[in-house]
Amino acid sequence: MIELTGLTKRYGSRTVVDRVSGTIEAGGIISIIGANGAGKSTLLSMAARLLPMDEGTVFVDELDVLSTPSDQLARKLSILRQENTLSVRLSVRDLVAFGRHPHNRGRHTAEDREHVDRALRYLQLDELADRYVDELSGGQRQRAFIAMVIAQDTDYVLLDEPLNNLDMKHAVEMMQLLRRMAHDFGKTVVLVIHDINFASCYSDRIMAMKDGALVHHGTPEQIMRPEVLRDVYGIDIRVEQIDGHRIGIYFA
Amino acid sequence: MSAGTSPLPPSVTTAPRLRRRPSLSPAALSPAAWIGVLAVLAAASVALYLTVDLGGNLGYVLPRRVNRVLTMVLVAYSVGVSTVLFQTITGNRILTPSIMGFDALYLLIQTGLVFFIGSSGVVALGSTTKFGVELALMVAFSWAIYRWLFTGSGTSLHLVLLVGIVFGTMFRGVSSLLQRLLEPSEFVVLQDAMFASFTNVDTGLLRVSFVLVGLASLVVLGLRRQFDVLALGRDTAISLGIDHARVVTAVLVVCSVLVGVCTALVGPITFFGLIVANLAYALCRRFRHRHVLPIAVLLGIIALVGGQVVLEQVFAFDTALSIVIEFAGGLLFLVMLLRGSIK
Repeated sequence: MIELTGLTKRYGSRTVVDRVSGTIEAGGIISIIGANGAGKSTLLSMAARLLPMDEGTVFVDELDVLSTPSDQLARKLSILRQENTLSVRLSVRDLVAFGRHPHNRGRHTAEDREHVDRALRYLQLDELADRYVDELSGGQRQRAFIAMVIAQDTDYVLLDEPLNNLDMKHAVEMMQLLRRMAHDFGKTVVLVIHDINFASCYSDRIMAMKDGALVHHGTPEQIMRPEVLRDVYGIDIRVEQIDGHRIGIYFA
Repeated sequence: MSAGTSPLPPSVTTAPRLRRRPSLSPAALSPAAWIGVLAVLAAASVALYLTVDLGGNLGYVLPRRVNRVLTMVLVAYSVGVSTVLFQTITGNRILTPSIMGFDALYLLIQTGLVFFIGSSGVVALGSTTKFGVELALMVAFSWAIYRWLFTGSGTSLHLVLLVGIVFGTMFRGVSSLLQRLLEPSEFVVLQDAMFASFTNVDTGLLRVSFVLVGLASLVVLGLRRQFDVLALGRDTAISLGIDHARVVTAVLVVCSVLVGVCTALVGPITFFGLIVANLAYALCRRFRHRHVLPIAVLLGIIALVGGQVVLEQVFAFDTALSIVIEFAGGLLFLVMLLRGSIK
């Protein structure tokens, strides 16, 4: 369970995250949606100790993210930001193996290798395993970084726009993989996502942010309604029921 | 738009150019093999330097040569380690600790000393006190500037370069003003300090330097398992459980001490670190500190000691090695800038 209490971030006089409180129950996929600049990524960064908060607290299973030793937290929670560039030359397998660092501090065991192989397989990176990360396409690189997070094998996985750079096929596969992680392995996956229809089809819960505040929090059925979406995005979005999923139509 | 899809002109359909690094890497040797080869070469350089053309008076020549070799090894070690670690925590391959206005500060300290207390005053000060003053000032300066620049979360490399240039220009400006006001005879004394020199290093200072560098190395040893993760960038390192602020602070202290010791000991060496670090990266196919660090240090020893042998024995030059290294390093820096290695 991730507990946010009065979480606030200001840059000068501008408040980007404004007293957000809420509870993310363990298990399942939780999507954070909202317009650009709504504070989604900032919220995620603060929850994962990448960014200091101005006010408020974050507890992950009773652990205060600010005071818990970083390596202890790294076995409980992982985060992947949007832009991932490497200034050094590494193969895909090297990169994924770094996911085991919180567990083995750089000394790899047979179990670690198993985790790495499995993560590579999950993201269909077997054939790319010995390629250099800087030679991959954007989508392949994105998958390599996600494989690293999967090798880290934490209860909580925070992903900032994991579908960035992915084509339709890989986007769908990514969401299916995340669902499998959440439902088969009991992980809690929190993701910032722009495509409300992916959020609708795959999430167990959706959190909607607007102007730094958490304005809606509920199941896809509760959030995927024209009046709620209008409140969040400020545009009219038709919502249709297709094959049991609520699909927002906003292209025209 | 018409409904039919017209074929795009060929210039549009060509695949985007892949950003490939020119394959500098001689893939034939593994990093461990490189370390072996380089260690042999480094040992050979040292042996050559100590033994070639010894002449008659062993008791006079040999201790002086040992002193010089120790100085060069210490400088190679300090520059190699500090440059690689500095580039790891800053996530770039082009900034080195000394490019950040360090040599200009050294020049300013030298000029200031001669200007305010005179060359006779500098001599009276004694080499140990002078060394202490220089070291303290340089460590304090680098500590302040690194800390300010690199502990924030989103400092841009361009800002850092710009700050380095501004500081460097300012220090140089003040130095040249003071130099203009100097007596010509005093200026001649000062001129000696403007290029790195490995020849006239005091044994006592060398001993102090070895102790300081040794202490810094203990810190490096304690942190060695975290460097590779640190190279993945701040956010990833934190997510993987590195106490980023603490480790970066420790590495910055280490860099300040190593660079301060080197510069106070032999004078300004701006581009040397850039050469050895980037050669080491090129020799290692995959980035691992346990390979890159020793390779950078060994390359440094070969360049300094081997270079000195070649210059002294083949070209019959003396003490101009630093100029050659700075020239080659400056060229490499330009090539890297032009090739877009700077991100």
